[in-house]
Amino acid sequence: MTTLIEALGLSVERSGRQVLSHVDFAIQPGEIVTVVGPNGSGKSTLLKALIGAVPVAQGVVKRKQGLRVGYVPQKLDVDPSLPMTVGRFLDLPVKVAAPERLRALKEAGAESLEDRQLADLSGGQFQRVLLARALLNKPDVLFLDEPTTALDQPGSAAFYRLIERVRDQLGCAVLMISHELHVVMSASDRVICMNGHICCEGLPEVVAQAEEYRALFGTGTQGALALYRHEHSHSHDDGCSHA
Amino acid sequence: MLDDFLVRAALGAVGVALAAAPLGVFVVWRRMAYFGDATAHASILGVALALALSVPIFVGTLSIALAMAFIVARLTGRGMGADMLLGVSSHAALAIGLVAVAMVDGPRVDLEAFLFGDVLAVGKSDLALIWGGAAFVGGLVAWRWQKLLTATLSPDLAWASGINPEREKQVLMVALALVVAVAIKIVGAILIGALLIIPAAAARPLARTPEQMVIGAAVVGSLAAISGLWGAWIFDTPAGPSIVCSAAIFFVITMLFRGMRRG
Repeated sequence: MTTLIEALGLSVERSGRQVLSHVDFAIQPGEIVTVVGPNGSGKSTLLKALIGAVPVAQGVVKRKQGLRVGYVPQKLDVDPSLPMTVGRFLDLPVKVAAPERLRALKEAGAESLEDRQLADLSGGQFQRVLLARALLNKPDVLFLDEPTTALDQPGSAAFYRLIERVRDQLGCAVLMISHELHVVMSASDRVICMNGHICCEGLPEVVAQAEEYRALFGTGTQGALALYRHEHSHSHDDGCSHA
Repeated sequence: MLDDFLVRAALGAVGVALAAAPLGVFVVWRRMAYFGDATAHASILGVALALALSVPIFVGTLSIALAMAFIVARLTGRGMGADMLLGVSSHAALAIGLVAVAMVDGPRVDLEAFLFGDVLAVGKSDLALIWGGAAFVGGLVAWRWQKLLTATLSPDLAWASGINPEREKQVLMVALALVVAVAIKIVGAILIGALLIIPAAAARPLARTPEQMVIGAAVVGSLAAISGLWGAWIFDTPAGPSIVCSAAIFFVITMLFRGMRRG
């Protein structure tokens, strides 16, 4: 079996409310999957259930034996009372050799940041440091929770290109949660649209060449952003909305 | 040398400062100040129970502090306003403890000793408990250090690394109960929170890594213990509060130092 991580009939409840119901999900080696959905649609919960951070009400999560996970959280609120250099942060929870640390920082485009305090980093620098940390243990799969929230559009585009390069170099699978409903990373092999359950999934339509798209976003993103158009060939009797 | 009560007092106060340092930094980083207070205040109830049941005070304070830490952690983990719940439990625990001590039959208890500490009455067995407790807390935190730090930065990051942040929280609860039980003799239930927080806060401006901050907290705490005792001797003031005053002075000094370095 090559599937890295698989959820079958996954349901998650939070304070009595069902946030995920009967989700089937699987990710294969090297695959880039983007999950989109409105706020409160359970996309972050799916990711947390996959890493084991929230209890599963129903269904199962299967991981490949010895699966190595790199996790980039949506944000990290470092309390100002906690002194922490980037280099020290990369040593958590396992100490790594200095060359390894430098290599990961370089891969994530953060090579100059090793001696900086976490609290002094900009949003984009912080994302790169989080990515570097996630790359340290040579992950089979990289989980990214809305990694571009703190970035502007050129920043997002640069980050997406970085992820694509990392995937190409390391061969890891990438599961990315995106808060954007319509704009996703063009390198995505598959886009999953969620709203408490999986509404639809499929290939993203690469529309970087389209006139409307360029008019909307300009050429500044150099094709790193693409529009995912929802093609609903089926109807929902439970009223899934993309509002 | 241990026959001199001043030497015993100094060793006891330094021992408590060393026990408080590795835990105090986590109390600061995780914003558990109120939580520490609630646990420390509850230990007065432990004193009352120990007197009523004729068991050693240490046993009473340790078990009540442990119970309180876990009960409050469970309650606040449910998402009800943590600040409100902690406020209720902190003050209720203190009041119940004071009432319970008054209700215990037998000779009048010197309540002040448990509220504000009685460092000059520290005996050899107290010293053994304090230093044993300090060694245990230090060892426990050192053993879990990397996991505790990861869980403190982000519970999700911990989960993704195969660390259960809930378990790390329990480690801190145990350490907190132990520090409360050994510190009550030195600074008293009211000021244990101060001994946890102030040395760690004073070390913050001087530290660039978590490890430097623990060492700084231990150094500041020890210096505050000794200089506070000295001040209490010179000015004839209560020892526990004098130690805390001294720690507060160190805090002001390091804050000014940071201000100068930035300016």
